[in-house]
Amino acid sequence: MVDQKVYEIILASIQKPVVGEAGKTGSWSRFKPKIDLDKCSVVKMNKDVCHFCWLYCPEPIISRTIPPKINYEYCKGCGICAEVCPPKAIKMVEESEL
Amino acid sequence: MADKVKLYDIPEEEFLLPGNRMCAGCGLSLIYRTALKALGPNTIITVPASCLTVLHGMQGFTSVDKISVLNTPFATVAASASGIEAALEAMGKDDEVTCVAFAGDGGTTDIGIQGLSGAAERRTNFIYACYDNEAYMNTGVQRSGSTPYGSFTTTTPIYGKTEHKKNMPKILEAHDIPYVATSCASYPLDIYAKFKRAKEIKGTKYIHILSPCPPGWGFSTKDTIKMGKLAVETGFWPLYEIENGKFSLSTPSKRLLDPAKRKPIEEYLSTQKRFNRLSNEDIEEYKRYINQSWEYIKSKNLTTQLL
Repeated sequence: MVDQKVYEIILASIQKPVVGEAGKTGSWSRFKPKIDLDKCSVVKMNKDVCHFCWLYCPEPIISRTIPPKINYEYCKGCGICAEVCPPKAIKMVEESEL
Repeated sequence: MADKVKLYDIPEEEFLLPGNRMCAGCGLSLIYRTALKALGPNTIITVPASCLTVLHGMQGFTSVDKISVLNTPFATVAASASGIEAALEAMGKDDEVTCVAFAGDGGTTDIGIQGLSGAAERRTNFIYACYDNEAYMNTGVQRSGSTPYGSFTTTTPIYGKTEHKKNMPKILEAHDIPYVATSCASYPLDIYAKFKRAKEIKGTKYIHILSPCPPGWGFSTKDTIKMGKLAVETGFWPLYEIENGKFSLSTPSKRLLDPAKRKPIEEYLSTQKRFNRLSNEDIEEYKRYINQSWEYIKSKNLTTQLL
């Protein structure tokens, strides 16, 4: 039989999954990505053709929808999506310009 | 050989939660996100002290959803994976649950190599993934066995590292394990395909993934994908897989067999601050090193074709 105390210690070390473990990471950067929907090829053709921003984003921040949505609350503003976007529809702008 | 994967083959389900502790533009974050999608929810991951421990959060809370993770001491990642695998076998859940050891380059090339070598020798049925950011980034950029030649770190501050990178995939290849592959954070489709393939094979699988690190290498966070692509396109980091002794180059590296198709190495070295004090002789040394490693790949490729 496992001692009750040992059991409690093991259970206490279990970690719960939470969104925003490090706080609101959206505050890490001044610059945020903004999608120009007129240029975005997914919106233009209205079907799943590109979604490079969803694929290359290191975080699960951008959704694979039409149009792609960005979770600004947790976006760290690295700028990878703006670099990889084939039609250059994403631009990094100041937070006030969103 | 790994199947070709298209972007829309990758599932939408996320195992990583937003708001985690990784730096902006982290290559590892992208690798982990893609790898978990390939591995699926029936996975047990064991992680040594590394950047990945940081991602798993402080006491009480974590940013990884739906997957069981075990944090272990530095040297024991492959040993703990062996233990997990033995338990799964005893419970008869060996086929449905995948055991994965995810370690950094320090935990693989320096500290964890004895455990890894032992597990490979025992033919433990698990995947060992090494994400290689080429130094001990978590503790503040110290030199590791995987740091490339001439790279400046806080423990090689004057001349840079004077030795070349340890070729870990070659060491694992010598263990005669069924699957060895290299990949890079800039090719998520390649990562996904290789993890999917590794999951299907029984035995010890080893995947070595180059992970560009913006603060450690000294480049802007937006250039993570560009840096990884340059490492592959200059021929510095060839992507290949060896399945049961059969060698095959992956698509991004296939055309680089011809030296004329490789981008000049200066393009890769000049864009990172850690290489900013390299002399012309060092660059010549790099060219010699790349040619030498590709000569080896060429001979491997040729013998596989003859088989």
